[in-house]
Amino acid sequence: MQDMEPEDINGNYIERILIFNDGSRRKVLVTDKETPFQDGRLIVSRTDAAGIITHVNQSFVEMSGYSQEELVGQPHYILRHPDMPSAAFKGLWDAIEKGDKWHGYVKNLRKDGGYYWVLAVVIPNIREGKITGFTSVRRKPARRKVEECIDLYPTLF
Amino acid sequence: MPYRMTVSPDFTPDHIGGWYIFNTWLQKSLQLPIHLELYDNFNQQRKAIGDDQIDLIYANPYDASVLVREKGFVPVARPSQTSDEAIIAVNQTSNVEYIESLGMDTVIALTEDPDVNLICDIMLEPAEMHNSGKNRLVMGSYPLVAKALINNRADIGFFLVEAYQSLSQLTKQNLSVLARSQINVMHHTLLVGPQLKQHRDLLSQHLLTMKSNYKGAGVMESMGFDEWENMPDEAMEFMIDLVDTLNYQPE
Repeated sequence: MQDMEPEDINGNYIERILIFNDGSRRKVLVTDKETPFQDGRLIVSRTDAAGIITHVNQSFVEMSGYSQEELVGQPHYILRHPDMPSAAFKGLWDAIEKGDKWHGYVKNLRKDGGYYWVLAVVIPNIREGKITGFTSVRRKPARRKVEECIDLYPTLF
Repeated sequence: MPYRMTVSPDFTPDHIGGWYIFNTWLQKSLQLPIHLELYDNFNQQRKAIGDDQIDLIYANPYDASVLVREKGFVPVARPSQTSDEAIIAVNQTSNVEYIESLGMDTVIALTEDPDVNLICDIMLEPAEMHNSGKNRLVMGSYPLVAKALINNRADIGFFLVEAYQSLSQLTKQNLSVLARSQINVMHHTLLVGPQLKQHRDLLSQHLLTMKSNYKGAGVMESMGFDEWENMPDEAMEFMIDLVDTLNYQPE
């Protein structure tokens, strides 16, 4: 996956390096600007079984700052924010690969370096007994839950 | 014995005539006897579905999921460029300006429309009061939901967007939109049941060419649609997965 580019960033940023489970690395540029999650928005996406994005709705495009063309074909971790400890995703892949649903509060990284909090729900798409992909809906989280995560996540690194 | 067609009871009253015209057009096109039965509410319609009395249905996403999974229905077509969205509205004079300010004592006026209620409950999640079942006034129609808001019997009301838009101008002047969903990918679908499944391809053929047909175009207009679009099985499965995801209530 391509590193983030300074010309895409809105405001002052710091540089961080992310290392993903598949061994790949990405330089990300991070600002402290939060994009509020508007009431009524539901971000919908779908990936194949390997976590590669195959479908996004307009809310996904607007909240992430990427175009549809930039998102489709990329791993879902294009949204990974360095403040998210891998422990916070503990259970995600275990659950969905078993065919179970998963939910969690996630800080997502925007193309412009800013972030937005979501309550993510992921379910496996099962066709003829096999997992062919995953559907995810991100909802506006309760602020109280976000505040809990802001306190908790730094302790999980 | 004619086949029986029905329409999700959340259709707007303006289009009742359109569905009857569509039924006549369908019978002529397919050369099959089809009876249109419109139910006043979701319970009546569910009973008919449960009793296997329905062969063709224009279903909302929630009911479509159940019909495909449990009753062996298959998708045929969907109206193009449409999506099901919901509105949470308040009385025009209400002090409520955003969802998070709603308390546990909020009284909700709503219909039995399952997908609208599901979407609106999700929109209420940031207020952490959506599971409170105590303060719900279930009304028989969307105009009655509006009336409950105007009469201050309820603090917020759940509406299908089309239903809200079709309220009278005077009614809308007394209401204000607190939140409107932006999902874009949920929509009603025309489904055929096991008894009519053998005619699925023929039905699909007629629907997909309906707009270019002189009479068909007028029928579509009377139903409030622009055009039918093919609805493949996989697209239906995607919507079922989506409804499943929305149904999941994290603790």
